[in-house]
Amino acid sequence: MTDSAEQTEHAEQTEHAEQTAPAEPRSLTRPETEWQRVSPRYIPVDMIGTLIFGAIATVAGFIPFWLGWQEGWFIGAGLGAIFLVTLALTPRRVRAIGYLLREDDLLFRRGIMFQRFVAVPYGRMQLVDISRGPIARAFGLAELKFVTAAASSGVLIPGLPLAEAERLRDHLVAVAETRRAGL
Amino acid sequence: MSDPQSVPEPVAPPPGQPGAPAAARTDFADGEWHRLHPATPLFRGGLAVLAILGVLIVNLRDRVLALFFGADDEFGPGGDLESDAIDFIVRENLVLVALAVGVGVLLLVVLGFWLSWRVHMFRITDEVVEVRSGILFRTNRKARLDRIQGINIARPFVPRLFGAAKLEITVAGNDASVPLAYLRGTDADVLRRDILLLASGAQRPTATDGAAATAPIGEGIGGMLEQRATELLAPELDVEVAAPESVVRMNPGRLIGSTLLSDTMIVLVAILVTIVVTSVTTGELALLFAMFPGLIGIGGFLVTRITRSLRYSIAATPDGVRVGFGLLSTTNETLPPGRIHSVRVSQPLLWRPAGWWQIAVNRASRSSQNGAAGQQQTTILPVGNLDDVKAVLRLLLPEVATDEAMPVLEQGILGRDADGGWTVSPPRARALRWLSRRRNGFLLSPTAVLLRRGAIWRSLTVVPLSRTQSVAVVQGPLLRALRLGEVHVHTVFGPIVPQLGALDRTDALRLFDEVAAASVSAARTDTSHRWRQA
Repeated sequence: MTDSAEQTEHAEQTEHAEQTAPAEPRSLTRPETEWQRVSPRYIPVDMIGTLIFGAIATVAGFIPFWLGWQEGWFIGAGLGAIFLVTLALTPRRVRAIGYLLREDDLLFRRGIMFQRFVAVPYGRMQLVDISRGPIARAFGLAELKFVTAAASSGVLIPGLPLAEAERLRDHLVAVAETRRAGL
Repeated sequence: MSDPQSVPEPVAPPPGQPGAPAAARTDFADGEWHRLHPATPLFRGGLAVLAILGVLIVNLRDRVLALFFGADDEFGPGGDLESDAIDFIVRENLVLVALAVGVGVLLLVVLGFWLSWRVHMFRITDEVVEVRSGILFRTNRKARLDRIQGINIARPFVPRLFGAAKLEITVAGNDASVPLAYLRGTDADVLRRDILLLASGAQRPTATDGAAATAPIGEGIGGMLEQRATELLAPELDVEVAAPESVVRMNPGRLIGSTLLSDTMIVLVAILVTIVVTSVTTGELALLFAMFPGLIGIGGFLVTRITRSLRYSIAATPDGVRVGFGLLSTTNETLPPGRIHSVRVSQPLLWRPAGWWQIAVNRASRSSQNGAAGQQQTTILPVGNLDDVKAVLRLLLPEVATDEAMPVLEQGILGRDADGGWTVSPPRARALRWLSRRRNGFLLSPTAVLLRRGAIWRSLTVVPLSRTQSVAVVQGPLLRALRLGEVHVHTVFGPIVPQLGALDRTDALRLFDEVAAASVSAARTDTSHRWRQA
């Protein structure tokens, strides 16, 4: 068990820090981590995908307006605006995706506004998936999915050059074999 | 039908003697192919055929009576289709043809059942359990013994009368089970022990005197009936299987009370009261009659829940936790060690004055059998007091719920604030956890991560570190503004989603790092898939 005195001390420190040092970092990002980033070529892939989906959704959003509902334009316009913002943020979002092969587990992060960090022990791997959509294939990219027995693990690394994805997959399989664990 | 197995009724020697498992071996687990109980077709589908025959006979009774006693005028010319058909057959002198067709169909059905019984075979080797079945569409299912998540023995009422039982071996996955339906009841128990013994990684004992034991009960019909009666009246949990001090039983009063205070019950009663009040105030008495289906529904719900859970017991056996229940149809399941991925102790609000709790678990397998009270078999303890909860936690997670850890677990169930080493949400999290801020916390024990939540609906989630699949820390804009974070511990799918929000950012990151590191080392030293292997 953790020492309770240490816990109280820690709590006090936090309280203390709250009053005197407002500069304490708010986000979960820790600058000391050296992330492996995904290929910058994934930015256009993601943008094209967003563009196609956004265009369809925006056009669909304008249907009530065309059908004669005069005030209905804001649905389409709103959808369009949302997709434009998404599009504008895509480069940052892609740059925020990262993974790190640690000694015994795979660390994965994504998201700026909604940050998510996952640590998956290699031994928990059930299978590794490599899949390539049509746009990603045109750019020579692939995405790698690390599947565990828990559906919520959700480790999906997009935007890896195909050769790197395959190398990573082989590495993960080999490492998982040496650290094989049960369910 | 002959019985090609010619297995002598195996009788288990009293456990506890050295070498007991070796002597208890049937020749089922010897790696050869075996067939199921010869009466299997009867239990699986034959009863339906018998029922159809019965219905036919009852419907034809009038006709037969009329034939023999000539009281035809009493019934008049048959108006319904069935009578017309019979009239037609009689008129056209097709009686023999009709009889021949009927007998032919019957023979075909019997032949079909017999053939499917013939080809339905199973075998248990050192590594796998394998079943093959099907006449036209052959299926063959193999399950690795070290992947077994649980073994279930169900005795539905009618097969139970005939002393038959259904054994179901579940492995990880959705409805991934190998059912062996039906076996002799006694065989099922011994077979389960043998399978678990093989799965545990213990050395396969040499079959010394498999045929030595004979049934002590007399031969013939009388002896058989006597044996059936003994089996029916026997207590649900064999006293020799588990040490009595490890057994947790259900108190009938508590069971009824907890059912009456359950959320479903409250909603149903509220609906009924609304109907009564409306009908009385508006004078629409017809509404009262509409209540009867509801009343019957409530009654059925209560009776099912109570009869299913009446003889409820949880006990420790050498090969895992045994959960058994049922009055007429009985079910008992053995969960080998290390098959429980997460445990939650929780308390519905209305149970609070009585101090009752329930325990649910996450498991990698989903059995087709329903648990006690008709829930999925994820509810391990439908209701119990704090002592029961502690005893069940000891059974489910012996490496976590040690004597030293008990005060901490109790803190997790009842306590709040940092007492006992817990880390709770900081004061600024009050915006998100209005009442539960001081309870909302976590503790990392050497073998498990404990998450404590809720001031009104209190719950404690325990995830053994050797079972966590991965861990995540997340933060949205709101949490970032408050300098908070949320931690998710990922386990296999189940009713429990172990996560804890509104933690201090630093605490959340610390929990994330510690769980990530500890689960790697716990997985490395975990040997529970072969739990008896040294």
